[in-house]
Amino acid sequence: MQWELVVGLEVHAQLLTDTKIFCGCSTSFGAPPNTHVCPVCLGLPGALPVLNRKVVDYAIKVGLATNCTVARMSRFARKNYFYPDLPKGYQISQFELPILEHGYLGVNDDSGSPKDIGITRIHMEEDAGKLVHPDIPGADYSHVDLNRACVPLLEIVSEPDIRSTGEALQYVKKLREILVYLGVCDGNMNEGSMRIDANISVRPMGQEEFGTRAEIKNVNSFKSLEQAIIYEQSRQIDLIEDGGKVVQETRLFDADRGITVGMRSKEEAHDYRYFPDPDLLPLVIEEEWIDAARDTLPELPDAKRSRFRSQYSLPDHDADLLCQSIDMADFFEEIVTLHNDPKAASNWIMGYVLRDMSRDELNSVKEAPITPTHIAGMLDLIKEGVISSKIAKDVFDEMWATGKEAKVIVEEKGLTQISDTSEIEGIVDDILAANPDEVASYRGGKTKLMGFFVGQVMKASRGKANPGLVNQLLKSKLEG
Amino acid sequence: MKISKEEVEHVASLARLEFSAVEIETFASQLSSILEYVEKMGELDLAGVEPMAHVHEIVNAFRDDVVAPGLTNEEALMNAPYPEDGCYRVAKVIEGE
Repeated sequence: MQWELVVGLEVHAQLLTDTKIFCGCSTSFGAPPNTHVCPVCLGLPGALPVLNRKVVDYAIKVGLATNCTVARMSRFARKNYFYPDLPKGYQISQFELPILEHGYLGVNDDSGSPKDIGITRIHMEEDAGKLVHPDIPGADYSHVDLNRACVPLLEIVSEPDIRSTGEALQYVKKLREILVYLGVCDGNMNEGSMRIDANISVRPMGQEEFGTRAEIKNVNSFKSLEQAIIYEQSRQIDLIEDGGKVVQETRLFDADRGITVGMRSKEEAHDYRYFPDPDLLPLVIEEEWIDAARDTLPELPDAKRSRFRSQYSLPDHDADLLCQSIDMADFFEEIVTLHNDPKAASNWIMGYVLRDMSRDELNSVKEAPITPTHIAGMLDLIKEGVISSKIAKDVFDEMWATGKEAKVIVEEKGLTQISDTSEIEGIVDDILAANPDEVASYRGGKTKLMGFFVGQVMKASRGKANPGLVNQLLKSKLEG
Repeated sequence: MKISKEEVEHVASLARLEFSAVEIETFASQLSSILEYVEKMGELDLAGVEPMAHVHEIVNAFRDDVVAPGLTNEEALMNAPYPEDGCYRVAKVIEGE
């Protein structure tokens, strides 16, 4: 039988505020345990939460960028459950009246046709603390660190519109890109700044009704998302084809083994008894606030890509890569302002800047030791014929290593290209004299030896000879 | 609205509370009579009345995103029965396999 995959995703994105959502404790990562805490986030009796305005501001921006409707009135609710990382015995979240609803993001389906993935809702909530299991064999206890408790999250819930791993990956990548572009989330999946739960089911192709779904938790990378969907899809199909039934349950993704594992949890545990949180006032958002947020939106990734394609005549691949981050797109545009050759700028970024960034494990081009001025200066020198593209590669490495401008490096190292015919002629004569056998073979018809001669001349000139001139001179001397 | 014994037991277990059979009977009848009382509202014509979001009429209380001093680690753990390594020590939670 033909089966159809149905996936809906819940993405938790940690917001880049300085303080927590309901108290003034710092959200910075890596502090000693339980040092960014106060009576509010510890859930001490009598402490009252007060909403961080910036969280609302960020949520509105995300809503606008994902085509959501911003609710004029929304409110917070308590989600009740017991777990040691949740000090109050409830999580403050939103239930009936979330701040954002009815959005969508565009992706391409497996045949390449555009389709929209609906966004049911986006709501604000607080994160839980962290349970640390001590690395002691047989330890029957855990440690609780509440620094993360009350850190602001957006939960972004998609419609079950996703039909393939390809669509799922595109959706999350797009979402991540938008969050990072907006500067509201660092998008760092391995540090847990973005966490994904995937609702996965299968149904016979053509059937209207959804199959029973499993909720897969702990999917924390693109690779895990892909593996989890593939594994879960085949698990469910095998189960049904063997006469079994999919049970609605929560399963954990085990990244080491690439499989999902059922969690032993009681059915009752999912009765969250939501009710409006009386400690927090309703949130009313006026048009002016939404307009002000709209005014601060940056150019979004899709719009930027299409502008890069048309304004700079770049191929899709280049526009895609350059626009993966706003910093890189800005870096590119600054180079082009200084040296108007978009394709050359793009080639150097894709070939060398990205290579060195990944080698040095840099997250942003802003952390790179070179600036757009460095690259533009180097491109100027190539264009003026001062250095060859080959030498430029060495200059690039030197710029990256020392932070010096191309011009300075070329002067200090004497890398200026030799375009003086008589100087090159001397080298060419030496090479021909030193290789009489090859010269004879060449003249006898083995013209492929041209490469050998060029190589020898370039080597003798330490790469500085103008390759065009070298070719020209060799040809006239060998054939003339 | 009638609240059954089973519903009282369910809510009690979610709240980690334990009651005797007699108490469960009592609570079932008390909760039922409270809900019946609230049901009187159903007799009113409330078409066009906005559901109440909060007992106060004011809305929007915010704080600015500015770090404020909190508690020290010692203060935070002052009432913890088993502080250890700057953390609260709790019984191990078993989940998954």
